[in-house]
Amino acid sequence: MEKFTTHSGLVVPLDASNVDTDQIIPKQFLQKTERIGFGKHLFHDWRYLDASGHQDNPEFILNAPQYQGASILLTRENFGCGSSREHAPWALEEYGFKVIIAPSFADIFYGNCINIGLLPIKLSDDEINELFADCENGEVNLTIDLEKNQITGSSKSYQFSLDKFHQYCLEEGIDSVGWTLKKIDAIKAFEAKMPIWQ
Amino acid sequence: MATTLYEKLWQQHLVEEKAGETPLLYVDRHLIHEVTSPQAFANLKFHNRPIRHPERTIATMDHNISTRSIEIDAAGEGAANQLRTLEKNCKEFGIELFGMGHKNQGIVHVMGPELGLTLPGTIIVCGDSHTATHGAFGALAFGIGTSEVEHVFATQTLRQTKAKTMKIEVNGQVGEGISAKDIILAIIGKTGSAGATGYVVEYCGSAIEALTMEERMTVCNMSIEFGAKAGLIAPDQSTFDYLEGKEYAPKGEVWQQAVADWKTLKTDDGAQFDTVLTLKAEDIKAQITWGTTPGQVTSVDGVVPSPDDFTDPVEKDSCAAALVYMGLEAGTKITDIEINNVFIGSCTNSRIEDLRAAANTVKRFTANGEKVSSKVNAIVVPGSYRVKEQAEAEGLSKIFIDAGFEWRLPGCSMCLGMNDDVLSEGDRCASTSNRNFEGRQGRGSRTHLVSPELAAASAIAGHFVDLNA
Repeated sequence: MEKFTTHSGLVVPLDASNVDTDQIIPKQFLQKTERIGFGKHLFHDWRYLDASGHQDNPEFILNAPQYQGASILLTRENFGCGSSREHAPWALEEYGFKVIIAPSFADIFYGNCINIGLLPIKLSDDEINELFADCENGEVNLTIDLEKNQITGSSKSYQFSLDKFHQYCLEEGIDSVGWTLKKIDAIKAFEAKMPIWQ
Repeated sequence: MATTLYEKLWQQHLVEEKAGETPLLYVDRHLIHEVTSPQAFANLKFHNRPIRHPERTIATMDHNISTRSIEIDAAGEGAANQLRTLEKNCKEFGIELFGMGHKNQGIVHVMGPELGLTLPGTIIVCGDSHTATHGAFGALAFGIGTSEVEHVFATQTLRQTKAKTMKIEVNGQVGEGISAKDIILAIIGKTGSAGATGYVVEYCGSAIEALTMEERMTVCNMSIEFGAKAGLIAPDQSTFDYLEGKEYAPKGEVWQQAVADWKTLKTDDGAQFDTVLTLKAEDIKAQITWGTTPGQVTSVDGVVPSPDDFTDPVEKDSCAAALVYMGLEAGTKITDIEINNVFIGSCTNSRIEDLRAAANTVKRFTANGEKVSSKVNAIVVPGSYRVKEQAEAEGLSKIFIDAGFEWRLPGCSMCLGMNDDVLSEGDRCASTSNRNFEGRQGRGSRTHLVSPELAAASAIAGHFVDLNA
């Protein structure tokens, strides 16, 4: 996993709540056995007018010319609800997103993002509304400083909170399996005490 | 100190808890399938890491497979590649696999419990969000992503942040014809689609205790649909009776020891929950979703709501958007909504009791020789080969077939449409599955979540039916 320190980028506002993983990456694209190739199918049913994905939907915000190259997704509550498919954060990451800002995320999706180094940031409803309003007035670029837990825009900055261990994993780009394998003695000690039927 | 069932399960599985680190929990049972495991296996191989306990993982094929043929190639090239990759990986790493044609094959959350792989007091994980199903046995069971699948393979543990606790108490007795599906949909209607985000839910109360194990599984299955990490029901005599003698359940002396231990798995009197929600079973009517999240639900004797019925601006906008997608007008009577598809199946409602309930309804509605409406395509997909065999032995399949339903082979099928059981744009389906998201059953298709009884009756009528009218 790549280390996350700071990130500066363009914000695209996706004004929808309860965006589910079936929207982020529909099931017909889950048949790959590799970890790549999902970015072009991100938000497929909204992004394309045809099932084969050849005709861009001009109404969909990610297709607007001014948002090309955006790397920060601003969205609404309960983002990523639904299935546990890690293909959803893979698709967002491959499309070019580094940060997702929302008032709330679904639990499994949130954990999946942390595990692949895509930073999910929770802000209050008021702060989210403010950022959406800013986007209506023109281009919004933000800088995220992970160490300071801070988002900085042209005129304002916001603080966010993150679990300390999640922050450490992101900052160091931890291989979480390798990290836990260092705890093998604790795991063995636990196994030695387990009831026989378990 | 008085503690909740969740806290007990958490404490019993704590491998290590250190300041500044997310706690490490032991995983007793890992269930895998073809869709969310290949990248985990690939990463293990890349790092040249073994699977710590291959015997603690069980694999099945379910998401992708054809429901018309047991041939791997019948599900298309992409699916066949994933299924063969699973076969290869299971062979290489020594994991038991219930592949196509195996007597134990079935939807992962149907297969686990019916074989006794799901035991009280265990932690069970699977790369599938409906893993909460197994919470019906008093197991802490939840869905995980592929990176976590890899973590469990290599370490048999997971790092988990402790969830908040929610008690949902349903007291009293449900009315005639009200199913477990109606109970859980009514709960979701109360909480909204994200009402339990960050929580583990424990269902209790006399109406929950009265449920059979299969009904409890239907309730716990949909915990994720209102955001809960997991759903739990404390094990009791119904749980032990269901499990005793199952193929993978403990036997003899060990069984006795296990049951004695499982009897301690309950929330202590006076334990505090972070949130409590109470429902009266008598108030629960037959439910149906009208929108594009499971929380957009009403009773079958009602009407399609209007955005004006909501005060919350988000719910108002969501309602307006859902009505457009669903092609519905506010104020329409639910029973006036016509359908052209019916799906009876999925990890929510494909067990033998579900099929019995649906078949009984079919019998009732075809007493004068009626058939499935000529406008409706209706399929019944049993949850596993065992369910299929039992349904055939009991004559249920014949009831369905004689009425004009298609009787298919087990699999996830049209719940998520990863195989060829897909709806077309504009199709409207009465579905016993768990998600009514946009495009879930096919691009532009419209899903209404209902009980098996309601789905069966609607197939004959060609529109939704109030079974209690």
